[in-house]
Amino acid sequence: MTLLIYDGTFEGWLTAVFEIYEYKFEDVIFAKDENSNALFFLKTHFVETDNAKANRVLKGLKKNLSPSGITNMYHAFFSELPQIEESLFRFATYVFSSSKNIEGDLSNNAVLNIQKAAHLTGKESHRMKAFVRFKLTKDNLYYAIVEPDCNVLPLIQKHFKNRYADQKWLIYDTKRKYGIYYDLENVSTVELTFDSNPSSSKFLAEISDEDEEFFQNLWRNYFKSVNIESRKNTKLHVQHMPKRYWKNLTEKIPNLKK
Amino acid sequence: MVHERVMEKLAILADAAKYDVSCSSSAGQNKRKNQNKGLGDTGNGICHAYTEDGRCVSLLKILLTNHCIFDCAYCVSRKSNDIKRAAFTVQEVVDLTIGFYRRNYIEGLFLSSGIFDNPDYTMERLVRIAKKLRLEENFNGYIHLKAIPGASDELIKEAGMYADRLSVNVEMPTEKSLKLLAPEKNHADVIKPMEYLKNEIVGHKEEKKLNFKAPLFAPAGQSTQMIIGATQENDLEILGMANYFYEQMNMRRVYYSGYVPISYDNRLPAIGTPVPMIRENRLYQADWLIRFYGFNVNEIVGFDQPNLDLDIDPKLGWALRNLHQFPVDINSADLELILRIPGIGVTSAKKIVSARKFKRLQPEDLKKLGIAYNRSKFFLAFSSPFYLQKDLTSIQIKEQILNIQNSKYQNNFSNQLSLFQ
Repeated sequence: MTLLIYDGTFEGWLTAVFEIYEYKFEDVIFAKDENSNALFFLKTHFVETDNAKANRVLKGLKKNLSPSGITNMYHAFFSELPQIEESLFRFATYVFSSSKNIEGDLSNNAVLNIQKAAHLTGKESHRMKAFVRFKLTKDNLYYAIVEPDCNVLPLIQKHFKNRYADQKWLIYDTKRKYGIYYDLENVSTVELTFDSNPSSSKFLAEISDEDEEFFQNLWRNYFKSVNIESRKNTKLHVQHMPKRYWKNLTEKIPNLKK
Repeated sequence: MVHERVMEKLAILADAAKYDVSCSSSAGQNKRKNQNKGLGDTGNGICHAYTEDGRCVSLLKILLTNHCIFDCAYCVSRKSNDIKRAAFTVQEVVDLTIGFYRRNYIEGLFLSSGIFDNPDYTMERLVRIAKKLRLEENFNGYIHLKAIPGASDELIKEAGMYADRLSVNVEMPTEKSLKLLAPEKNHADVIKPMEYLKNEIVGHKEEKKLNFKAPLFAPAGQSTQMIIGATQENDLEILGMANYFYEQMNMRRVYYSGYVPISYDNRLPAIGTPVPMIRENRLYQADWLIRFYGFNVNEIVGFDQPNLDLDIDPKLGWALRNLHQFPVDINSADLELILRIPGIGVTSAKKIVSARKFKRLQPEDLKKLGIAYNRSKFFLAFSSPFYLQKDLTSIQIKEQILNIQNSKYQNNFSNQLSLFQ
């Protein structure tokens, strides 16, 4: 059994796949950093991300997959589910071993797993398009804090860039400690350190635009006013807006004042 | 904006608008793209939040004013109702929309209004808001405007140039009940702007085909809504009306709004009568069968059974009345037939058709694909020698399915319908 240590990027994973074939490794396990259980394995192989190798694997996959098949793999990768790299590898092996497109073979576990993982990421990235709540700072920056289960920022940046082309914005993933920032021209990946807790009320009051609190309270009031008490359906409410998102949802946070 | 007053107005005018159930914010084929580095674009529509009653919030849904010259019994804003009145200014609605949109709270604006002064005066204000959003704020998000019955064609036409969707509510499924609850209104007033809109929308679509630079006109089409459970119509009448709108008016959506008792008027169900949520849900299910599953309205309701079953969904109801069409072999049947199997939805049906190219599907494969096998098994045939086909009657099948399913509505099962039976 060989432990493959790669940099955690999709290109890194593709490079790893290339090297599995190159070095004829059998029984592989993937790991994102070298501090993982390297000691328990007899053989460890470090993968250095190599765009040429990654592209060759991608080209091979494209030969027998539709564009949506490739997208599914990409999405599945970002699901960050346990052993997703191994599942993707089994899927890739199946693609390479077959002469026709196997995407539709959903009764096959390798295919089904990738589809399910892609679906999970797709669902969460859709939810993040919905549940990002921007707050305006004194410096005219709209910023939002998110904490998704899947790593969805790479998948939603285009959406936000198209939509908010005329405002500077930042969406920060506190779980993965990086954000995407749009400066009116381009979107770039940023890492930030906060001097204080970014969701504490003191911090917010200090950096916010003067109308920010007003709009948040307006939104909370609106959210209350549109509810129809005699149709209350908590189960449905929670099903659509899972509790894990609530702490970053303005309408689910009580008013700062009063 | 004067903060306190706007806060109060928003509470009043959002509360008054919440009974309008349309929530769609999807642009359809002709998307309004953000091509000029402006604000927003209209894509597939996103539900940004969900109220505690479980309905989605995708648009800032408000009335421009709840002052109204009409006195329709079913409406909170009716003239005779003793409630707080308010009216937004044009600029306030624009500022609210932009402020909410920039914070990613909403997909756009749904603007309706009580009728103050006269229909043209009201419509003109609605149009002015949409125009300002598009031309001054460079806003490409979704805008849904009410077309006010009685407003002039020119104003409605102008509304269509700026709005993504226009709607006129038919309110009551039959003329008779509209006369009962809103003596000042009649169906003809509603049908006239609908017809005008239909022709304009079709015309602009044709033009767009020839010249892609032609302006958009209500690219997301028109919709309407009916209040159900306030009066005595049966589901045959309601779905018949809906079908008429889909076929004759090119309606994009018909919404069904279960009546929420809000008045002591003795023409209406008393306050405290439960909202007919399960019936509303069944009507939506039937509506989907007509629009996406290839069902004809007469297959779902007919003179011999004018109402939908409340305890089972309409597709299962149809299947139980048509057992001679089953069992269906999913390994060979056409997609259209697979779509008619209870427990199999559009996505599942497509998965089946794609997966069966690789192998003959067995029951365990269906479970793997996430199909409600427990429901569908009564209607499936497998050519495997191990499959035992029992001859069950429709009553037996219904009992077995009801045993395995726990209706999500069991707790708030409505008895409103039984009042009229």
